[in-house]
Amino acid sequence: MNETSTASWPHKDLLDVSQLSVAETLHLLDTATYFQEINTRPVKKVPTLKGKSVVLFFAEPSTRTKTSFDMAGKRLSADTFSLGGSSSSIVKGESLKDTALTLQAMNPDGIVIRHSSSGAAQFLAERLHCSVVNAGDGWHAHPTQALLDAFTLREQWGEFKGKTLTILGDIAHSRVARSNVLLLNKLGVNVRLCAPRTLLPMGVESWPVDVYGDLHKAVTGVDAVMCLRLQLERQAAGLLPDLREYSRRFCLTPDAMAKAKKDAKVLHPGPMNRGLEISSVLADADGSLVLNQVASGVAVRMAILYLHLMRPERSGDTR
Amino acid sequence: MPDLIVRGARWKQQEVDLLIRRGKVLELTPYEKSGTPAKNARVIDAKGLTLLPSLIDAHTHMREPGQEWKEDIASGLDAAVHGGFGTVLCMANTDPVNDNASVTELMLEQASRSWPKGPRLAPIGALTKGLAGQELAPMEELARAGCVAFSNDGVPIASTELFRRAMEYASDLGMVVIDHCEDPFLGKGGSMNESPVSGRLGLKGQPWAAETIQIARDIELARYLNIPVHIAHVSTRQSVELLAWAKDKGAPVTAETCPHYLVLDESSVEGYNTRAKVNPPLRTPDDSAALLQALRDGVIDILATDHAPHAAHEKEVEFDHAPFGISGLDTALSVTWGLVASGDLDLDTFLRAWCYGPASIFNIAANTFEPGSPADFVLFDPDATWTVSAETMHSKSANTPLLGRTLSGRVVSHFIGGKKIV
Ligand SMILES: [Zn+2]
Repeated sequence: MNETSTASWPHKDLLDVSQLSVAETLHLLDTATYFQEINTRPVKKVPTLKGKSVVLFFAEPSTRTKTSFDMAGKRLSADTFSLGGSSSSIVKGESLKDTALTLQAMNPDGIVIRHSSSGAAQFLAERLHCSVVNAGDGWHAHPTQALLDAFTLREQWGEFKGKTLTILGDIAHSRVARSNVLLLNKLGVNVRLCAPRTLLPMGVESWPVDVYGDLHKAVTGVDAVMCLRLQLERQAAGLLPDLREYSRRFCLTPDAMAKAKKDAKVLHPGPMNRGLEISSVLADADGSLVLNQVASGVAVRMAILYLHLMRPERSGDTR
Repeated sequence: MPDLIVRGARWKQQEVDLLIRRGKVLELTPYEKSGTPAKNARVIDAKGLTLLPSLIDAHTHMREPGQEWKEDIASGLDAAVHGGFGTVLCMANTDPVNDNASVTELMLEQASRSWPKGPRLAPIGALTKGLAGQELAPMEELARAGCVAFSNDGVPIASTELFRRAMEYASDLGMVVIDHCEDPFLGKGGSMNESPVSGRLGLKGQPWAAETIQIARDIELARYLNIPVHIAHVSTRQSVELLAWAKDKGAPVTAETCPHYLVLDESSVEGYNTRAKVNPPLRTPDDSAALLQALRDGVIDILATDHAPHAAHEKEVEFDHAPFGISGLDTALSVTWGLVASGDLDLDTFLRAWCYGPASIFNIAANTFEPGSPADFVLFDPDATWTVSAETMHSKSANTPLLGRTLSGRVVSHFIGGKKIV
């Protein structure tokens, strides 16, 4: 089972895609391809992580990412335990440090964390012996989403070099955008960003991207468009005039997609605001990879859990 | 006959003897190699040590009353005196706020109880009641109780009209207003410098314009009213440019910066290091260079620590939840003496920044080593090295990004009013 070997996996934790080399990224995607096949079998369960325990610590609610990790763990026969924000007495009013120490005492093999503060996953990783997988921290990083997006695109494209992708929407407050820019650029994709100036991050001119303020120009000739979910409170924060104006300027419509390549794909990390950032027709059209992303998510997260939890213990572990 | 002779200390390129009588400087003379010690005088051999006047820190947070787990006046003065400071001004954002005489009196009482012979605590009164920015605090009452200046530090006054009235009222009393310059809307929610680094780390940033906009306001009020204002903890090149313009126009504006803005930059925040979270935030290396140059040029008048202690558990949290502040009293002298040693700062600028500048802005007596000067001085070993840690620091809190660093220069002893305090 050479293509799913963990022998050389050097990382204790998965905090951000910036820690992964291209070879490691491709190895992870190859491993996910293997697990993708398991997910199509009549019995979708293998004993690979039997006896391992994984805590799903979601301090910020996210049904779909949590379910995806839960399913990934269970299909590999790991025991998964949920620790939710408001539902759990462990987390209620407790500092993140104390939660970390409590979790440590339970001696799990891995912890998947979703948290509203940038750096929270690193905070946990620095204090725990077990593997920490970042399932999204603040505006900072969402490495598993970027990896599943890359996996989904590779299934369609075969390779990354020479492809062009536009990320559309609230880039400033998006960990999905940050991680995808880093990862796809590293894999050879030309990345474009498109957003109103108020939703672009400070220093975007130093990112390896081309920035557009005009949707039609931004999608002209591209191989794929990734729509981001617009947080409705951005309007209240004074970053947008109103949602109608936003959708008139930045909603991905069939009209705009006509400027893209003929077989261009549409991605969305979900959940979608139909009609606001993406027109309903495109969300359901043939070029939409939205459900492929969900399917890839389970396989990629299986690969992530497998590589991190089964890696040989070694002193040279890095994050 | 002097009561005390400090022999052979280094003062400005020469070895000197310092003669002291009844708490005052009697004379500073060249080192008398063969001289026999005067009868009845206590003699201290200070060969190899550097002589400095006691430093004055115009900006600290002592946390008492209200947050004594971070620091109290006894521990804060302990850190001060070991850090070379003979006088510390302390901000009013205690709990309760220092906006009435009873709080000021309590602070002074705690200081004289824990350190009866010094160092001296000089409270800064609130500008507005409860720091709420709505009504002026009773400044005359505060001045009478012992406050030496006024400031809303921590919660800058948003209303320009009210700030103007505060300046006018304070000037009636002959007192200076210190302003923490931060536009309350533009800086809101920012936990570090707004820059490509904040963009990458996914942290909400504070733009430099949040600082300069308020500084520009204060400069114009000072010019319009011809009333002095002192700008706290300046952190950016653009602020320096405004201050240089104001001074050129003759506006009665003075300003301070802090050691951490001179020697650290926003890269200290990498890895979500909450010990480097401070307000205003650490900026860029270019800002540090501009601040150092401004200090040399006199555009920045003085240095202050903005000593802001926080307990370890309060900083060991998510970056955006951590409180702002760096503990500075223990490290300030070593850090800035390092700039003197490297030739980045000359000794006269250093002395102006830490002693004669704050003395003149806030009307505090300082040791000039002229006869009759208060015999407040430090014997300092510039070559002694020490590693910054919770154990080596005298403050209750060790929240500094310098933790673990080895610094040069340590206070060997500190005399206040001619008496050896440490
Ligand atoms: Zn301040």
